[in-house]
Amino acid sequence: MSDVVLETKSLVKHFPITQGIVFQTKVGAVRAVDGVDIQLRRGETLGVVGESGCGKSTLAKLLVGLEKPTSGSIMVRGQDMVKLKGNALRRARRNIQMVLQDPYTSLNPRMTVGDIIGEPFEIHPEVVPKRGRQAAVQDLLDTVGLNPDHINRYPHQFSGGQRQRIGIARALALKPEIIVCDEPVSALDVSIQAQVINLLERLQNELGLSYIFIAHDLSVVRHISDRVAVMYLGRVVEEGHDQQIYEQPTHPYTQALLSAVPVPDPRLRGHRDQIVLEGDVPSPANPPSGCRFRTRCWKAQDICSQQDPFLQIRDRSAHPSACHFAEVRDVVRGH
Amino acid sequence: MTVTKAHIDVLPGADPRAPLLEVNDLHVEFRTQYGVAKAVNGANFRLAAGETLAILGESGCGKSVTAQAIMGILDSPPGFITKGQIKYRGVDLLGVAEEQRRKVRANQIAMIFQDALSALNPVYTVGFQLAELFRIHRGMSRKDAKKRAIELLDQVKIPAAKTRVDDYPHQFSGGMRQRVMIAMALALDPEVLIADEPTTALDVTVQAQIMGLLADLQKQRNMGLILITHDMGVVADVADRISVMYAGKVVEEAGVYDIYSRPAHPYTRALLESIPRLDMKGQQLNVIQGLPPALTSIPQGCAFNPRCRFAKDPCRQDPAPPAYAVAPQRTARCHFFREVLGE
Repeated sequence: MSDVVLETKSLVKHFPITQGIVFQTKVGAVRAVDGVDIQLRRGETLGVVGESGCGKSTLAKLLVGLEKPTSGSIMVRGQDMVKLKGNALRRARRNIQMVLQDPYTSLNPRMTVGDIIGEPFEIHPEVVPKRGRQAAVQDLLDTVGLNPDHINRYPHQFSGGQRQRIGIARALALKPEIIVCDEPVSALDVSIQAQVINLLERLQNELGLSYIFIAHDLSVVRHISDRVAVMYLGRVVEEGHDQQIYEQPTHPYTQALLSAVPVPDPRLRGHRDQIVLEGDVPSPANPPSGCRFRTRCWKAQDICSQQDPFLQIRDRSAHPSACHFAEVRDVVRGH
Repeated sequence: MTVTKAHIDVLPGADPRAPLLEVNDLHVEFRTQYGVAKAVNGANFRLAAGETLAILGESGCGKSVTAQAIMGILDSPPGFITKGQIKYRGVDLLGVAEEQRRKVRANQIAMIFQDALSALNPVYTVGFQLAELFRIHRGMSRKDAKKRAIELLDQVKIPAAKTRVDDYPHQFSGGMRQRVMIAMALALDPEVLIADEPTTALDVTVQAQIMGLLADLQKQRNMGLILITHDMGVVADVADRISVMYAGKVVEEAGVYDIYSRPAHPYTRALLESIPRLDMKGQQLNVIQGLPPALTSIPQGCAFNPRCRFAKDPCRQDPAPPAYAVAPQRTARCHFFREVLGE
């Protein structure tokens, strides 16, 4: 598969829990990401869904190099980002950029829009020569649907949706192939969300971008994604094409997650087969043995606590699913 | 001594046969140094016992301010109620003295907030904060109050309530904290519960638990529930009636089935169309062009007219469209609601 632009192999990130002030001793670890394998192809959108604390955002940070993985590899165009150093790492990082969740806190209020979008050029001066930078920034503003004349304005002069466009322009500045979008629309109102999603899709078509699209809104993820990975406690528990995940989910967690999403159609009220999970997500510092979902799972048996189910294609699951009892379940749904 | 509800918390003049809650022509403005922001410009609605009314709208549409006005917790100054009535069982709460109003909160009308962590006091245990209600409003002893607190935690299905009652808010997860908030709101058996974005900060699986719990408790107690939210999915699941707010006005009010199948106001229709749906996959989503207006300069005529695809000349001129009766029990503030309905 030559068109794979990004691939992670057994990616792991553990955050140490320490005790003591002067002599810090490690007493445990939060297993934020615990062995994740994903592949992203050219021009494709991979949606990553899961509840808070499942490791989605840590995964995003690992991919753009904001966190160093504990182990594992991140291959971008045949190069292992984890092993790169110095100039080579800097050059490789140009290729993978990020759009952050909150457009209110991710833009420096004291910088003009021109400075914010132009800052990547300061760090990577070889991309655009100094003389061409203003024009390049104005081009970017135009690309994301903002007025190029507003280059000297400050972030507070823009609305939430417009600010997110600024964040997108900044991510596009270095002409990356891959953009990691970490909850790019969840801070926006419904009517503005649609504008930003349309923009992201248009840019993908025009520029041939690949997206990792992290979100907790399952209907948005379904709309934009070609493939979807479902995460639970630092692991991918099910992965497949959007249709496989949404129409024929085989992992109990995916089934529960999908059934919990309210459907904007009152006629389905009471007709939906809702699986309400008990309790909360266990602590990632001390995940359950075997299958991590077993403490909340209605199918759990002895084998689930003893044997960790691998993410693989199974007898009753045409796409990879990490459940010993993976099976399609009929769920009445409307999204 | 057992204190019965009847003789301790009845609002003088309240008529049990009058409508539970009625908001008439409510106007709220914020006087700031940058000008007067008109947050609510004539909100009208009515809530019956056992009914769920959803107030739907985007940020800045005035839905939370309306709730704060009903509760009487509006920051004043800068917020002022300039006009209107908020009637509980026939008594206009805006004319009630603050001391009496304080008793109405929790006894008759209670509220839960979006962010339970900042709504709870971090330096007191959950049990203390719950028991406080009984000690102050019911004059119970510490011991009895704590016993009631444990019962309440049990009712909102917090496991091991007996031990968790001595925990601090930060020791609870997000969903559990919201349960504590619900327990607190329901402690004194209010007849009206206002839930302001109760599940927005929560994950979907936890959201399902909390909405289920709210529905159960509402049924048991026959409470009126005002659910403030921007989530069209949650509304479709639980609401009986919906008030859609835009720029401080209720632009459409109708039963839940009517609104979803045949919206009468262009804003409602556009909102519904902008939700990603299955058959929209691979296509552009319908968007509402432009932005909601700044509350310091609301457009003339219909506030939605600059973003509306049905807008014609009358929409751009004052007076703003009145609440047309679209059908019995159904209103829309749009001159061209027939066109929007697709008649």
